Parts: sequence; structure tokens; C-alpha cells
Amino acid sequence: MIALKNITKTFRVAKRQAGFGRAVKALFSREYETVRALTDVSFTVSDGEMVGYIGPNGAGKSTTVKIMCGVLTPDSGACEIDGRVPWKNRIAHAREIGVVFGQRSQLWWDVPVTDSFALIRDIYKVDGKKYQKNLDELTELLDLSEILKTPARNLSLGQRMRCEIAASLLHAPKTLFLDEPTIGLDAVSKLAVRQFIKRLNAENGTTVLLTTHDMQDIEALTERMMLIGKGRILLDGSLAELKTRSPDPAASSEEIVAALYKEYGI
Amino acid sequence: MKAYLSVFRMRFIGALQYRAAAFGGIATQLAWGGMEILALAAFYRANPSAFPMEFSHAVSYVWMQQAFLTLFVVWSWEADILSSISEGSIAYDLVRPVDLYGRWLCQIIGSRLAKALLRCSPILIAAFILPEPYGMSLPPGAGTLLLFFLSAFLSLGVVAAFSMLIYISNFYTLSAAGIRLMVASLADFLSGAIVPLPFFPDKIRAAAELLPFASMQNMPLRIYSGNIVGPDIFKGIALQILWLLILFFAGRAAMGRALGKVVVQGG
Repeated sequence: MIALKNITKTFRVAKRQAGFGRAVKALFSREYETVRALTDVSFTVSDGEMVGYIGPNGAGKSTTVKIMCGVLTPDSGACEIDGRVPWKNRIAHAREIGVVFGQRSQLWWDVPVTDSFALIRDIYKVDGKKYQKNLDELTELLDLSEILKTPARNLSLGQRMRCEIAASLLHAPKTLFLDEPTIGLDAVSKLAVRQFIKRLNAENGTTVLLTTHDMQDIEALTERMMLIGKGRILLDGSLAELKTRSPDPAASSEEIVAALYKEYGI
Repeated sequence: MKAYLSVFRMRFIGALQYRAAAFGGIATQLAWGGMEILALAAFYRANPSAFPMEFSHAVSYVWMQQAFLTLFVVWSWEADILSSISEGSIAYDLVRPVDLYGRWLCQIIGSRLAKALLRCSPILIAAFILPEPYGMSLPPGAGTLLLFFLSAFLSLGVVAAFSMLIYISNFYTLSAAGIRLMVASLADFLSGAIVPLPFFPDKIRAAAELLPFASMQNMPLRIYSGNIVGPDIFKGIALQILWLLILFFAGRAAMGRALGKVVVQGG
């Protein structure tokens, strides 16, 4: 179970203005401002649940995910995932979760994908048989057999992303965080990834929290969605509920969400 | 432990892929070593009594230095670590159930060893084939050779632990290019990479020999060449161990601090 209570996170960033004169001035005196990334974020996700986490760019989605993974330490508030505090028990926590950061790569750039996978196997201490079984399954479901021997640098974005997802699941984690897993994928890959996540959740009861800008991801995958804007959770409910609230019954989910962003001024 | 070995192996495979870099390195090191020895020979001819090392010692020093360059020079940076900090893929490193300091240390050592093993043999062969007095000779005895290996291993540890501090500084500066350049030049000079430490004026040499830089290539190369003998070898090795421990614990502490306030920007 994932439980966040009143999580607040601020960043101190150097204020910078454009222009040469300002840049010179910044050499000598710097002004800092505090940016509130998250304010009082609280929610719980039960075991086996699949939740979509949406919000406009810069709303705090990735920050929340990074806190739940143990990468960032919040300023205040509590977060427990199956009884572990991520940033305090970082290593023990890491063993139990899987993470895909859609904008980063975990594959080693200059060696074949299988070598990266083998390294991940050793890091997570997955035993040989179990690893082979997981790998075979992932290879089949994500259609990786052709690309496993290719160095990551030669893969297209969609191919790489499928490998990234497989890499995050080799140790069969109980909880999976997906931060924009369908970014840049073509239609076929998108469908494959969605189908795969669905199956993973149905068969293994994996808890999945995913952030995305693609409302079709949400429609295809999750019953429940949370909307975050300017660092606050604004809505927590099902997409169907939102649809009934919309004045235009024919509106697409994209339009509904855009209307919501407008309504909340985010 | 297996995870660390695996990281090591990975770096090894990675480094083996860059054949052109290895050939380039070999050519550079052969040319550089040749020039350095010719320059030393000119000094020696001018005034043998003012030459602070035996000429044959200096020749062995230079050839071993060139053969194992990537083990000992601070500036052989691990680009993956630098970019993971400045570009943010460190987010992935932090969701792994391993200690990041240990992981990076293995990665650095694996990379350096792979590069050195790939490059050393042509240089060593050439250095042994060259005629007297420009060719390299074997160390005085098997014991010295063993001590050389021990000292070389410690030296690699000191270099890796020292460079970890620079990688960690990248957490604060985002681009450690400036620090890297300064530190690399300083370390090159004080570790005897440009001119061996015996060539330094006495007072400066005495001070330099206590610094961590002297625990880098200076020790193993002087042990191999026969410039340091007897109890001085053990004193030097003890100093290497001391610096290795100090740098290791300083690095771990610094890493702990840096990770406490890590910020992964964007996306």
C-alpha cells in the first residue's frame, strides 16, 4: 500500500534573468527564490490498484514519483510504501519497486541490451531461473527478441522504451511507478505497452501508478485518476465520474481534462 | 558483491568496444614516452652528476608510466558518471538497491583496468625491444615486482577515490569542467606524471611526497624502476594505504551529504 500524507517539497532555485548585463550581475550577487513543487499532497493507493496521475507540465507529477521512489527527500510530510519510508530505507525500498522514467534511460548506451539486463539481474540479485522466466515473458509480450542484441544507442525511441519497461520489471516488483511510459511511442508500441501493463496488473496484482499526458493511456488502463496542479491534488476520482460532470456529453477525455485545467486555473 | 563485479564487467566490455581509441592511445603513449626519454637523455648527457635518478631507472619509470597511463592519471574521467549527474539519469541510479559510492568506484576501476589492459602490451613489448639505454629493464627481483603490483593496485585505489571527490563536486556545480581541469593539472604535476618527483627541488619534493598525489603513480613507478628500495618501499605503501582510507571515507561522507539534497531537475 502507498500512503502519502501532507507531503510538501520546495526547491530553491537561482533566479536568473535573460540578457548579458543581468548575467554579469548574477556573477556577484545571486537571488534565490523558493519554488513550491508540492503542497500538502496526500493520497493512498491500495495493493493491486492502478492509478493514473495527470496534470499539466510542471504540476509536480514527477516530483511526487521521485519522492515515492526515494530519489528526493520531501521537506515535510509522511510517505510509507508497504511500511517503508522511501528516502530513509532507500536500498531496501529500491528492491521492491520498479520505476520507468520515460525521459531518462537506464540502459547502458554502448553495450547490447541483454548486457544491461544482466547487470540489472545482478544488482537486484534475481536468481537465474526466475530471471530467465521473466525475461522470456517480457521478450514475448513486448516483442523484444529482435532488439535484445542491439546496443541501446542504435535503438529507436519506441524500441528503447519497450526495453526500458522490460528492464524495470526483470525483478518482478510489487509496485510499479511509470513516469510517462508512452512518451514518443508509435500506435503499435503504445497498444503493446498498455496491454502489457494491464496484464501485469491483472495476473500479478502489481500496483501501478502512472503519469502521462496521453488521456488514452488513462482511459485504457485506470479506473481511478488523480489530478494535480500547481503542486496540489485537485481531484481524485474515476474518469467516468468526470465524464458525467462535463456539460458536453460528446466531449473527448482530452477535452474534458483541458476544461478541468481551465476550471482550476492551472 | 556480484553486483559490483557485474558493473566492473560491464565497464570492461564497454571499454573493449573502442578499438580506435585504444590504437590512438597506444600511438600517443609510444610517441610521448619516446620524446620524454629523449629529453631526459639530453639532460643526462649535459650533466650526469646533476641527474637525480639513475638513467635506466628514469627510462623504466617513463615506459611503465606510458604503458599503464589510464590506471594512474586523474584525468581519465568516466564520462557516464559525469553525464548521469548533469543530465539526471542518476534518478535511475538512485532507485537501485546498491550503494552508489561502491557502484561508481567499481565502474571507475573497471574502466581504467580495461583501458590499461587493452593498451599496455604493445607499449611494453616496444619498450623491452628498444636497445640500451632507451629500453626498459625488469625490476631488480621478483619481490620488487610483487611490491610493484601491490603499490600499483593501491595507486589505482587512491586515484579512483580521489576522482570520486571530483565527481561528487559535480552535484553542486553541474559542470565540473573547471575543477576537473585544475585538479587534473595539479595532480599531474604533483604525482610525477610530467616530471618524476626526484627531479623536484629537495624541499618541495619532501612536501610533495606526503601529499595524496605522491601515492598515485609516483610510488609504483619508482618501486618498479628501483629508485625506491628497502624500508622506504614499505613506508611508501603504508602512506598509500593511509591516503586510500582517508579519501575513501571522505568520499563516502561527501556522497551522503550530496544525496541528502539531490535535486533531479525537469521531467
